Amino acid sequence: MIEPILEMRDVVKSYGENSVLKGVSFQVRRGETKIIIGGSGSGKSTLLKLAMGLEKPDEGQILIESEDITKMRERDLARVRMKIGMVFQESALFDSMTVRDNVAYQLHEKGTHAEEVESRVRQNLGFVGLEDAIEKFPAELSGGMKRRVAIARALAGEPNIMFYDEPTAGLDPITSRKINQLIITLRDLKSVTGVFVTHRMRDAFTLASQYAVSDNGNVEFRNEGQVLCIANTRFLMLRDGKIIFEGPDEILRRSNDEYIKRFLA
Amino acid sequence: MPFTPKAAVKEVQDLTHLATRAFLGSFRRPFYFRDILEQMDKIGVGSVAVVMLTGFFTGSVLTLQSASSLAAFGAKGLTGRLVAISMVRELGPVLASLMLAGRVGSGIASELGSMIVTEQINAMRALGTDPIKKLVVPRIIATTTMLPLLTIVANTIGLMGGLFVAVYVLGINGTVYLSSAWDGLTYTDVLGGLLKPLVFGASVAIVGCHCGLRTHGGTQGVGQSTTQSVVAASILILFFNLILTKLIWPPV
Repeated sequence: MIEPILEMRDVVKSYGENSVLKGVSFQVRRGETKIIIGGSGSGKSTLLKLAMGLEKPDEGQILIESEDITKMRERDLARVRMKIGMVFQESALFDSMTVRDNVAYQLHEKGTHAEEVESRVRQNLGFVGLEDAIEKFPAELSGGMKRRVAIARALAGEPNIMFYDEPTAGLDPITSRKINQLIITLRDLKSVTGVFVTHRMRDAFTLASQYAVSDNGNVEFRNEGQVLCIANTRFLMLRDGKIIFEGPDEILRRSNDEYIKRFLA
Repeated sequence: MPFTPKAAVKEVQDLTHLATRAFLGSFRRPFYFRDILEQMDKIGVGSVAVVMLTGFFTGSVLTLQSASSLAAFGAKGLTGRLVAISMVRELGPVLASLMLAGRVGSGIASELGSMIVTEQINAMRALGTDPIKKLVVPRIIATTTMLPLLTIVANTIGLMGGLFVAVYVLGINGTVYLSSAWDGLTYTDVLGGLLKPLVFGASVAIVGCHCGLRTHGGTQGVGQSTTQSVVAASILILFFNLILTKLIWPPV
């Protein structure tokens, strides 16, 4: 069995009186994309913050590449976080810095050589199709462009796993598709492990049913069709702080659970 | 938040905790020299004009007020001495620091507050940086080193303003004014007058960072943090001023 890259064991988290996660356990294996769905307030975003060590769980264990991060000090967490790329809900770009410096941030922190920084920045911005925006400030970018820069920034440190916190929230369908295709490309052509949090089923099913193939360097997107489970994607559904479903999209669609049916409708 | 003794103790505890983390963090790698220089420029150089104006007006008005009182005792010639002592011991450090609490403390709180609200601080942590080292330490170092220098500027300009008023408004001889100012000051005055802004500067920066970093509740929260930082820093300055004055110049 492949060693899980992220594992949660009976994680409990509450804010004051409000208990957000009530014993959540799951694993994300290398190369897999886990789509976490659930209504607003079901604890999806909290899950990512905990996995990143930005917040501490009240109970339970969280393991990144078999290292328990729940007891770690901030200093040691920094090293673990370097392995993770995170795309925040509202992009969270540093607005005092240009796009170049945003993408280069982690490389600067690591003390990477200036020439290599420049080439890696251009390479990552090229991947998200924003090489022209390199000198711009975040305030000059549209919502979709910001999300793409955020993806480039998260990728710059060559993470082993990517977390996406509702990366398509508030974007129009065309821009959303572009973001989804970037994520599919990362999954299928660069084998980046991912955790994708969303409440938009459309995006979730796109991710689960499309796959990318490279044809002489041209990336093409195809639909899974009748060939089952090509896309290495599993769903995980949260409701009131508990996991109520885990598995591939085909089974999720056939679920008899009333709540899931309503959610998919 | 209602002001209760418990809340006040918690506040002091949080401030101390932040100060300790920043202090320990400033000795460990990585060091952000560029950020320190940037903040020194923003906080120090950026505040020169404000501090000069404060010093000038304070020195001038102090001269006007004290000259008339001293004249009643026939001691108009001692005006320089009184202005110098008041400026160097009290008004220079306190007023420069209060101006900085308004200009710099609020700036720090609102900047860090906005970064919290837009998740930039979390993004920074996610990218493997400790925000205490990257944001808090440079601001504390910059404010603490710049404020004594700004105080020197305020004192100098204050004495100049006093001289200007003494000579052109009150008709006091310039040499008399300056020599009495010079005679009045001791080394304790000068050193004590520079120790104060060191403490005040640290307070302004730590309070600003603390208020900024615990911001919650969107844009409204940022406004609240900013206000709180100015109020808290000003009170702390006045409180520490009392303590330091008592320690440095014990009443005879």
